[in-house]
Amino acid sequence: MTTSSTDRLSDRPPHADAVENCREDFPALAQNISGHPLVYLDSAASAHQPECVIDAVAAYQRHSHANVHRGVHTLSHRATEAYEGSRDAIAGFINANSRTEVVLTSGTTGAINLVAQSYCRPRLQTGDAILITHLEHHSNIVPWQLVCRQTGAELLVAPIDESGEVNTEELIGLLDRNVLMLAIAHVSNALGTILPVADLIGAAHERGIPVLVDGAQAVPHLPVDVQALDCDFFAFSGHKMFGPTGTGVLYGRESLLEEMPPYQGGGDMILEVRMDGSTWNDLPYKFEAGTPNISGVVGLGAAVTYLQAIGMERVARHEHELLGYLTERLAAVEGIRLIGTARNKASVQSFLLDEIHPHDLGTILDHQGIAIRTGHHCAMPVMDFFGVPGTARASLALYNNRDDVDRLVAGLQKAREIFA
Amino acid sequence: MSAEITGSDELGELYRELILDHAKNPRHFGKLDDATHVAEGVNPLCGDKLKLYFSVDHASRIADARFEGSGCAISVASASLLTDTVIGLDTERALKYFATMVERLARANSHRQGSPDLLDEIDLGKLRALEGVKEFPSRVKCATLAWHALNSALQGKPQPVSTE
Repeated sequence: MTTSSTDRLSDRPPHADAVENCREDFPALAQNISGHPLVYLDSAASAHQPECVIDAVAAYQRHSHANVHRGVHTLSHRATEAYEGSRDAIAGFINANSRTEVVLTSGTTGAINLVAQSYCRPRLQTGDAILITHLEHHSNIVPWQLVCRQTGAELLVAPIDESGEVNTEELIGLLDRNVLMLAIAHVSNALGTILPVADLIGAAHERGIPVLVDGAQAVPHLPVDVQALDCDFFAFSGHKMFGPTGTGVLYGRESLLEEMPPYQGGGDMILEVRMDGSTWNDLPYKFEAGTPNISGVVGLGAAVTYLQAIGMERVARHEHELLGYLTERLAAVEGIRLIGTARNKASVQSFLLDEIHPHDLGTILDHQGIAIRTGHHCAMPVMDFFGVPGTARASLALYNNRDDVDRLVAGLQKAREIFA
Repeated sequence: MSAEITGSDELGELYRELILDHAKNPRHFGKLDDATHVAEGVNPLCGDKLKLYFSVDHASRIADARFEGSGCAISVASASLLTDTVIGLDTERALKYFATMVERLARANSHRQGSPDLLDEIDLGKLRALEGVKEFPSRVKCATLAWHALNSALQGKPQPVSTE
């Protein structure tokens, strides 16, 4: 490993040019668990990293680390180039109009809290409302509950139906109740439902209401173009898109970001600090107080480059086909109950098997080398809606294949035998 | 802890017939209207939620015990076996069972030294069926939840307990 310049980091060729043979790029997938080759079906919780991401982080740590946006020395320059190079890559990846609209955060949660506190809190009054849907992840519920409690505003919830689809008519009806912000998932993490975000954004904008999209489960699976969506804010996490944990992005429309006060104070976000007051740095730095997760962001940039080389259209096609296969195979398992059967879905299938508790399923599958998620998936209102304490969830990523699905189904048969 | 567990014997140890029987047909399931001691055990990440009821008489003897709630096979079987075990015991002895069970089941997860006196004194009998969790560190909390609730109830602690 002799990489010694950031240019070489960012120019590093991806290991795969097609989704079909990308699995070998992910070293963690080539291991045995409980004596069986690992089948990883938990990417919706956190995805694995390709070698190019791991190498980019390691090369940065070995050769290029220093603090960013400071200092005149070579390493500081390199670190800044690498960090800002990732911002450029992300801006291109989601088709932001400008790099100043890409705020780097600790993750989706950090991004949504930023909008709740910096955009909504100064504007909200008693009688105003925030509108979300019933299928949101806790990170797109609790930040709004907090800001509503702080301001006396109301949190409105658009209902879902038995298939896990949002009732768009009811949602649009709720927009007329003094809604100051519509905050919706692009893809549901528990149910896999793809929401008709472009239509909902259009309906909100007709009423002058800005929209935040929680894109954590969309960006790893679907092409995302924030300008085509016309969203005002779009939040996502690095670790779900094959980058390191502790990284994330808030895309914000520049005119809105300009109006917003800083979320946190500290180094890097200031222009000038005096004891009688301070002035803020330009966008996006106004929202990036303190030394950021530089190595993580370098890794995230490498993940973006990797995904671009494969092509998100190809990823989406591959996963769509595989999700169809997964759903068909699961549906044929005796005693299965599929949770989340929306017409338009991505990546995720939740289910229950007979009376077997999801945790018992999780343990039995793990013993066969198969990793799935069990529990409430940080979406307890969804579990309440379906009247279950939790589900088992298989989630797909670009590196999964039909063998993984076949192994899962065989594993479920074994669970049925144990609990017969 | 070994990096890899091979074979499927451990799975058979975890889901022994006795455990599956108690999970599917929990004993003493339901509410106890004249309970003198009550405690909840809740593991919010898992979604396991148990409520244990004990009726303790004037001689400090557990005259009756019941539980209700939902959880995985291990947590339900553990609660069922618990109620089966402690009915008829005095509370001091029941608390010794608690200490022994926690010590036995958690030992795989910790470097704490066991208390030989305690372990020698209590014969766990069919409760040994729960020892299969020792090979499954992530499931120890399922097996110990009801026991911590027993401890809370008998010590008169009002807060729900969690083993997560």
